[in-house]
Amino acid sequence: MQDFVQHLINGVSLGSIYALIALGYTMVYGILKMINFAHSDVYMVGAFAAYYFARWIGIENDPGLSTLLTLIVVSMICCSLLGLVIERLAYRPLRNSPKLNVLITAIGVSLFLEYSGQVVFGADPKVFPEVMKDFVIFSIGNVEVRSFDVTVLVVGLLAMLALQFLLFKTKIGRAMRAVSANPMVASLMGVNPDRIIAFTFVVGSSLAGVGSVLVGMKYPKIDPLMGMMIGLKAFVAAVLGGIGNVGGAVLGAMIMGLSEEMVVAYLSSTYRDALAFGILIVILIFKPAGLLGKYSVEKV
Amino acid sequence: MSAPLLKVENLDVFYGSIHALKGVSFEVNQGEVVSLIGANGAGKTTTLRAISGIVPCNGQLHFKDQNLKTVSTFRRVGLGIAQSPEGRGVFPQMSVLENLEMGAYSRNDAAGIKKDLEMCLELFPRMKERLAQMAGTLSGGEQQMLAISRALMAKPQLLLLDEPSLGLAPLIVAQIFDIVKKLNQEGMTILLVEQNARMALKISHRAYVLECGRMIMQDTAQNLLNNDVVRKSYLGV
Repeated sequence: MQDFVQHLINGVSLGSIYALIALGYTMVYGILKMINFAHSDVYMVGAFAAYYFARWIGIENDPGLSTLLTLIVVSMICCSLLGLVIERLAYRPLRNSPKLNVLITAIGVSLFLEYSGQVVFGADPKVFPEVMKDFVIFSIGNVEVRSFDVTVLVVGLLAMLALQFLLFKTKIGRAMRAVSANPMVASLMGVNPDRIIAFTFVVGSSLAGVGSVLVGMKYPKIDPLMGMMIGLKAFVAAVLGGIGNVGGAVLGAMIMGLSEEMVVAYLSSTYRDALAFGILIVILIFKPAGLLGKYSVEKV
Repeated sequence: MSAPLLKVENLDVFYGSIHALKGVSFEVNQGEVVSLIGANGAGKTTTLRAISGIVPCNGQLHFKDQNLKTVSTFRRVGLGIAQSPEGRGVFPQMSVLENLEMGAYSRNDAAGIKKDLEMCLELFPRMKERLAQMAGTLSGGEQQMLAISRALMAKPQLLLLDEPSLGLAPLIVAQIFDIVKKLNQEGMTILLVEQNARMALKISHRAYVLECGRMIMQDTAQNLLNNDVVRKSYLGV
């Protein structure tokens, strides 16, 4: 039982990291109906941005809350700038092209970032600066609540609450949902869809930036291909929850995080990655719209 | 007489190789209800879309003596042109209130928006009961009312209505046309696109008849109601 609770904690912590990245996939899908495969590489660039920034101002050996927050902010800024550039240069010129062209472009951007990363940063893994000390905050029996897990959970939760507030309580969030529902009608209301789409990339990418620092803190080894697996899993999480649905992405990510942790604990860590894609296959067969996704019915 | 509020000259629209509008010209004066009537595919909706800037067009578009073609789609609302689109286009996953707030997106005068919201709710009391409800759960007639009030929230000088009677029960259609008439009596200039020619002509001052992308007739609504060709083709008499 105590083991189970411990796995539960680890799973939720892993799930919140997936959620931060899955949100970027689902938001871009919601507004452009495209899968932004480059998203996971934006996340990778965020981790490297934080790494180099920490070395540059000399806080790589200075663990603490201020280091964590500084790196998160730096990573968010770099990721949102990169997201903005990708949208402007790669996706916007294809706004009215067939979906397949956009999809192939997205894969191209992804490969471009991965292999440019290997040239610029080097292919060998780097050790992410020690952002925080990992210590046991409290323990009940054998169950340990560690500072990393709490940090991941708290930061992830704050980011998701901020997103919720942005989407549902602000004017620009309302415009984002309107463009997502019907860009043509939204432009009749005076919304500039291009600007809203660019803003969506900024928001999604900066959430990936938050995720990259949290992952760097928890698994302090970063390399230019680090985005591949976690990106695929976050993508599966977004599909599982119902792609395009913000709440669904968080739900899907939590299910992914928990089930991965449980499989590793009770079956074998060999199945860790197989599980994610098993879930994808099952969901595509039995509930292709995802858990919270709906086929919308329009009244005529 | 002063210059018309909206002046359209030689409007041409192509969808790929299809020539949808062929040199359409007309004008709408301040305070008028003007109808564009015609069969399916005559180019009525396309005309409204060109005015709002959703489809690219050739020809001249002038609103209050300003060349509309230099103004991007999303800025035309701010100039005073609001459209209730064909098929209503409400945002189904947003509440009625949020839909109305979207209508006022281009405005920044909080007090004025609040006043217009109350005005809309007075005009369509049914909206008031449903403010928190998702727009997708409304009935067709309610969605149409929402689409019209959403356009009104932009505080337009020219209201474009695209097929407000589409797919609605006769009783609801009559209600909606009553409200359109009332809006006009309060000073709103309206350009109405309709297949239901009889209803449209009854509340219009003037009307134009479109056929296969060409303007084939224009007259006062009263004369068109008595015109033999119109009676035969569009009124089914």
